[in-house]
Amino acid sequence: MQRFANPARFMRLSATLLPWCSAAAVVLIAIGLYGALLIAPPDYQQGEAVKIMYVHVPSAWLASLVYAVMAIASAVALIWRHPLAHIAAESAAPIGAGFTFVCLASGSLWGEPMWGTWWVWDARLTSVLVLFFLYLGFIALANAFDDRTRGSRAAAILAIVGVVNLPIIKFSVDWWNTLHQKASVFRMGGPTIAVSMLWPLLVMAAGFLFLFAVLLMLRMRTALLRAKLRALRFGT
Amino acid sequence: MSGFAALLTRDLRLAFRQGGDVANVVAFFALAVILFPFGVGPDPDLLARIAAGVLWVTALLAALLSLERLFDADFQDGSLETLSLMPVPLEIQVLAKCTAHWLTTGLPLTIIAPLLALVLHFDVAGYPALIAALLLGTPVLSLIGAIGVALTLGARRAGVLLSLLVLPLYIPVLIFGVAASEAAILGLESRPHLLLLAALLAASLALAPWAAAAALRQAFE
Repeated sequence: MQRFANPARFMRLSATLLPWCSAAAVVLIAIGLYGALLIAPPDYQQGEAVKIMYVHVPSAWLASLVYAVMAIASAVALIWRHPLAHIAAESAAPIGAGFTFVCLASGSLWGEPMWGTWWVWDARLTSVLVLFFLYLGFIALANAFDDRTRGSRAAAILAIVGVVNLPIIKFSVDWWNTLHQKASVFRMGGPTIAVSMLWPLLVMAAGFLFLFAVLLMLRMRTALLRAKLRALRFGT
Repeated sequence: MSGFAALLTRDLRLAFRQGGDVANVVAFFALAVILFPFGVGPDPDLLARIAAGVLWVTALLAALLSLERLFDADFQDGSLETLSLMPVPLEIQVLAKCTAHWLTTGLPLTIIAPLLALVLHFDVAGYPALIAALLLGTPVLSLIGAIGVALTLGARRAGVLLSLLVLPLYIPVLIFGVAASEAAILGLESRPHLLLLAALLAASLALAPWAAAAALRQAFE
C-alpha cells in the first residue's frame, strides 16, 4: 500500500496504464453498444426503449462503485495520511456525480414512456438522488476552506458518513414495495435476464469501469501536476 | 458521567442566559407553519392532508437553522478547543452538546407542534403518532446535524454548505416521521414507522458522536 502512495511512482504507473485502459474502454463500449443496439432483441413489453437500460444500469452500478472507491480512498487518507488518497477521492467525486446524473437522467427518459412519468418518489430513486447530493456536498466541502488540507479531511469524513446510503440504495427495492424493479443481475440464484440481453450489459459495464479508471487517472495526474505547478510558482 | 452532566448544564445555562435562542427557533417554526395556510389557501381538507408534511419539513428547517449554535460560538472563542483537553472523551462531549441542543430545540418544537397541528386542522387520530414520531425523530436531527456543523467549522459560507450536507441525510427521518402520522390517520399501524425511527435514533446515537468528534479533531489541527 505504502509503495503506491508515492506520487512519482503513480505518475509512471498511470502513464503506462493510461493508453491500455483508454483502448479497453473504447473497444468495450463500442462492442457493448453494437451488441445492445443491433444484436440484443427488443423487450416483449418495453420494445426498443429497453435499450436505455444498457446505459442506465452500468452508470447506476458505477455511481455506487465510485462512491465506494471514494469512501475507501478517504478512509485510507485519514488513517495513513496519504496525500495521494485525498487526491484520488477528490478526483473521483465529480466523475461519480457525473455517473449518478447519467443514471438519473437516463432513468427518467425511460420512465416517461414506461411508467408514464419522469419521476416518482420511490425508495430507489430517492436514495440515488441522495447519493447525487452527497457527491455535491463532498465537492462543495472539499473546496470550502482556505486551507486545502482542512477541506480534504472534512470531505473525507463526510464521504465515510455517506457510506450508510450505499446499502440503502442496493436493498431499497427489496425492503420497500417500489415501482423500480427488483435486482435482476446480482441476486441469489443467478441472473433472471436473458443471455442475449445480459452479455451486452456486462460488456457495457466493463467499458464504463475502464472509462472510470481512465478519467480517474487523468484527473489525478492533472491534480498532481497542478500541485507541482503551484509549488513551483508560490514555493509552498 | 459527571463531565457529561457538567457540560450539559453549562450548555443549557448558556442557552437560557442568552435567552433568545429557544424562543427564536419556536417562533420561526410557528411562523413558517402559519405561512402555509396563506400559501396554499385556507381549505381545511387540503391543510389537514398536508399538515404532517408541513410540520415535519418546517421542524427540519427550524432544527437546521439552530444547528450552528452547537459548536460555532464555542469554536470562535476557543472554548471548544479548551474543552477538548478535558479528560472526558470528545465523543461524550459531543453527546452532551447534542442533548443540550435537543432540549433547547427538538423538545420545544415537539411541545408546540400539536398546537400548530390544530391550526392546520390535523386529524385527531394522528396526534399520538405525530408526537411520538417527533420525540424519536428530532434527536436524530441534532445528532446528524452535529456532524455537519463540525465538518463546516471555519468554512466559507458555512450556512449554505451546512444545508447541502445535512438536508440529504435528514430525508429518512422525514419519510418515516410523516409516514407514522399518515398511517395513524388512515387507521393503519403506525408502529413499524415509529420502530424504524427508533432504529435511526439508536444508530445515530451510536455512530454520530464518533463522526462529529473526528470532524472536530481535524478542525483543531
